[in-house]
Amino acid sequence: MSDYYESKDLDNFPNIAEFAEEEGNKFFDYYEEATAGNELSDRVTALIGLSVAHVNKCPYCIDAFTNKCLSLGISKDEMMEAVHVGSAITAGAINAHSTQMLKILEDKEM
Amino acid sequence: MEPKKQKAVLENVPEEKDFKENLDQGLYADDIDIFQINLCKKCNLSCKHCHVQASPQNDRIMPKKYLQKCLDILKIYPIDTVDITGGSPEMHPNLEWFLNELSQMDLNIMVRSNLVILLEEDYAHFIDVYTDNQVELVASLPGYNQEKVDRLRGEGVFDSSIEVLQLLNQKGFGKEDTDFTLDLVYNPAGSYLPGSQQALEREFKEQLNSKYGIVFDNLFSLINSPVGKFLNYLVKSDNYKNYMHELINSYNEETLQNVMCRNTVSVGWDGTLYDCDFNQMLNLPINNSHNHLSQFDYEALQNRRIEIGNHCYSCTAGGGSSCQGSLEE
Repeated sequence: MSDYYESKDLDNFPNIAEFAEEEGNKFFDYYEEATAGNELSDRVTALIGLSVAHVNKCPYCIDAFTNKCLSLGISKDEMMEAVHVGSAITAGAINAHSTQMLKILEDKEM
Repeated sequence: MEPKKQKAVLENVPEEKDFKENLDQGLYADDIDIFQINLCKKCNLSCKHCHVQASPQNDRIMPKKYLQKCLDILKIYPIDTVDITGGSPEMHPNLEWFLNELSQMDLNIMVRSNLVILLEEDYAHFIDVYTDNQVELVASLPGYNQEKVDRLRGEGVFDSSIEVLQLLNQKGFGKEDTDFTLDLVYNPAGSYLPGSQQALEREFKEQLNSKYGIVFDNLFSLINSPVGKFLNYLVKSDNYKNYMHELINSYNEETLQNVMCRNTVSVGWDGTLYDCDFNQMLNLPINNSHNHLSQFDYEALQNRRIEIGNHCYSCTAGGGSSCQGSLEE
């Protein structure tokens, strides 16, 4: 392997079912259904995807969902706002866990 | 970029399949339903993505004798739609006369307007001309927010476009209970493909109505063809290879049934006939001896072989693309 994380790797994504066909195909069916925008609009679905892509720090998903948002006419301001929502909820989850730390401190300290 | 240079760039798509390899037997026209006339290359705007390379400095306009020839053809042959484009068609000195003549015939008349010219004193009367001649207006609006539209088309263009759309609504264009059709044309403001036409139309309708009280009939979502200023941008910004890869990866054979070149003849400002507007910009005339208004032969053009190249990938990607929007929806 010469390089990690090349954009052309995305072209190979449809082939991931090659060695575990049943699981792979079920994943793609699920992925398609979950991101189809059934009750949610295409715009909301794309912004959730973009936010989660950043939370997961996945360069492929960031590429895919930035393009998806662009293709739907979503503005840069809206995209960045979605990134901040993901970022804030992630930070919130970390900070909320400090309640565990505080409980232990409460128990342990004189 | 001159047409010759554009063609040379388009012939070079390394590691990709040449468009012609998809069509061993070639591509043939079915009929002539749409007569698309490019009146002029003169325009009051200089949009970054313009495939026509129109601008205020470009003075090429169609002589009146060719407009008359178009009328003669449209009187005789069973063509349904005349699609008038430019440049800015309003800047042609004979547009009003031409529309008055066309409206005497049983035709669907489409005019492609950049909207903002209708605020200029010399051209504002065209709103009434369009009403009087029951023209279907097809208006460019590459976004529903100011930042995107102004970046692509020039400062202040978004606000002016909104003002004109409100004026057109007042005249009845775009309203359900009138016969005046108002369509919008969306195309991406960069090196990416548009989303689904249905989703974009829904979003445009919601945003324009809630913020500005604007209504319209249909949104035509177009894929930017790698031609003209857009090709120049792709090359200069180093996006050409990736954009072509995306188009070629999205190639959909089924779109070949409905591509616009199969039912359209595109007329250049100098009377030359082309299979489509993009071929016109690449200086690729119809490949037979009847490729000028002066040699127009309906039967010879009906089943002609179409001139194709790698730019054709922009009409065959995903759901397909045409001057009337997506081919799929």
